[in-house]
Amino acid sequence: MIDYQSLRFDYKRHPDQDAAAPVRRPVAVIGAGPVGLALAIDLAQRGIPVVLLDNDNALSTGSRAICFAKRTLEIFDRLGCGERMVGKGVSWNVGRVFFRNEEIYSFDLLPETGHARPAFVNLQQYYVEGFLAERAAGLPLIDLRWKNKVAGTVQHADHVALTVETPDGPYQLDAVYVAACDGSRSSMRALLGLESKGRQFKDRFLIADVKMKLDRPAERWFWFDPEFHRNQSVLLHMQPDNVWRIDFQLGWDADPEEEKKPEKIIPRVKALLGEDAQFDLEWASVYTFSCLRMDRFRHGRVFFAGDSAHGVSPFGARGANSGVQDAENLAWKLAAVLQRQAPDALLDSYGHEREYAADENILHSTRATDFITPKSEVSRLFRDAVLELAKRHAFARTLVNSGRLSVPATLHTSALNTPDADAFEGCMVPGAVAADAPLVRADGTAGWLLQEAGSGAFTAVVFGSGEVADRAARAAAAAGAAAGVPIETVRIPTDEAHALAARRYDARAGTLYLLRPDQHVCGRWRRADAGLVRAALDRALCNA
Amino acid sequence: MPQATTAQQLTTAPNIEAPDDFYEALIEAHQGLSTDQSHAFNPRLLLVLANHIGSLPVLREAFAAAARK
Repeated sequence: MIDYQSLRFDYKRHPDQDAAAPVRRPVAVIGAGPVGLALAIDLAQRGIPVVLLDNDNALSTGSRAICFAKRTLEIFDRLGCGERMVGKGVSWNVGRVFFRNEEIYSFDLLPETGHARPAFVNLQQYYVEGFLAERAAGLPLIDLRWKNKVAGTVQHADHVALTVETPDGPYQLDAVYVAACDGSRSSMRALLGLESKGRQFKDRFLIADVKMKLDRPAERWFWFDPEFHRNQSVLLHMQPDNVWRIDFQLGWDADPEEEKKPEKIIPRVKALLGEDAQFDLEWASVYTFSCLRMDRFRHGRVFFAGDSAHGVSPFGARGANSGVQDAENLAWKLAAVLQRQAPDALLDSYGHEREYAADENILHSTRATDFITPKSEVSRLFRDAVLELAKRHAFARTLVNSGRLSVPATLHTSALNTPDADAFEGCMVPGAVAADAPLVRADGTAGWLLQEAGSGAFTAVVFGSGEVADRAARAAAAAGAAAGVPIETVRIPTDEAHALAARRYDARAGTLYLLRPDQHVCGRWRRADAGLVRAALDRALCNA
Repeated sequence: MPQATTAQQLTTAPNIEAPDDFYEALIEAHQGLSTDQSHAFNPRLLLVLANHIGSLPVLREAFAAAARK
């Protein structure tokens, strides 16, 4: 078994370092974390060569982000490594909430079946990065340069000039577009003199990863004010390899240096697990957090994605998950512009859409934080009143907020959406991420809607069979041909085997959904014709 | 018939059946509670009533009405 934490990657001198004049590359991605790696893989799969620069030569130190949400797993499926993530990860859907020492309720994040992927898997960030890095290594279009640190940048009309420091000294590299996926302390953001602004929370948390055999189900356990850690909250979560994440709220006055010491941590863990508990401390970190974002995620030819662009509290698992969604949003747009299918204006929509999503994540994250860390005495009285009532009253459980766990934003306001002209029920509105559902493939085997619609191209999902559905499928093909943009088609019969898909999409025979390359719905019709699909396609590419 | 569950506007006109009985019952509900227990009881009561009302616009009007002295 590979120990991804101790893995080191060799710096290799690249011919670009010896070039007489700076070599120009289509895209430079800065930062080989989950976001940068996902972006590089997505671009490479779309035929775009990528230089991926990382200032270090190792993967994540410590488990860090551990909860990877259903949508992220669906994206990893499209990137060719979803199965490995799910195979290694601990799948979970159930969360339990305790107040003092009493369980007040439990919840199921995915109460319905019929999705290929679970609500979440828990997986240490170093595995996620390791699997992505291995996938990236299999793609010849990715040129991953370890120990390449960006130390200077100048924006020009048609490219960005980067000064890159290496163990062999600096070199110049030009890129038509740059994606800064270099984390919350983004050096690219600092080099451009930009800020990420927001609110810092006056609280401290201790993460302790402990290795032990513990006979508990894979569930998320959250305590408010437990006897073993009075007046604070505690979160317990299972990770692969018998590692358990324990998150202790410490309060603002805690001394971060003191709290990091094993002699401080071990008694806290024993208070939770019992005096006789046998465990090894794997990794510990004391952290504070902020909810913040940059005003704009696009600055000329530079795009910010992931923690460099926005920060949230960990409650809700909205950091890494939203970063991977940033990457997915940016990848197809960069590819479409570089391949001359769309104008530069399409790239503005990356900022608009992901700023909107970041606001949603920050809102949820801020609210959860206010519940977990009440800011005043009266706020605490209400919080405890909610928890007390939640033992007996379902309505109060809807108010308990230990983190609203990451679901993708529905991009209601996106200019790339074609508003409905026909009447539809349900949540598959323009801007929503397409819902998964089981289907039967053409060869008779069982499959999943999102995997069938996961080619990375625009996809027409056409429901029904017979003339009305054939006409819709022909309309999609004709629209794609006329625009010079391929549209894949997924056919879903309106029979018993596909009743769930039809219900989730409120579909009848002839219903057509047009999905963007990132599987967001951008238009839908009861009776599509080529003109309608073409107009929606043009709109989604800013060609209208 | 109380209007609370359906009204989309806050009722500030007299609407409590038997006001004196209500007031007595309210004070009665706090009997035997320490000040801290009463301070814990009140938000629970408010949350129960808020759920009964349900409508956020009505609740926002109620916050505003309570804020005006």
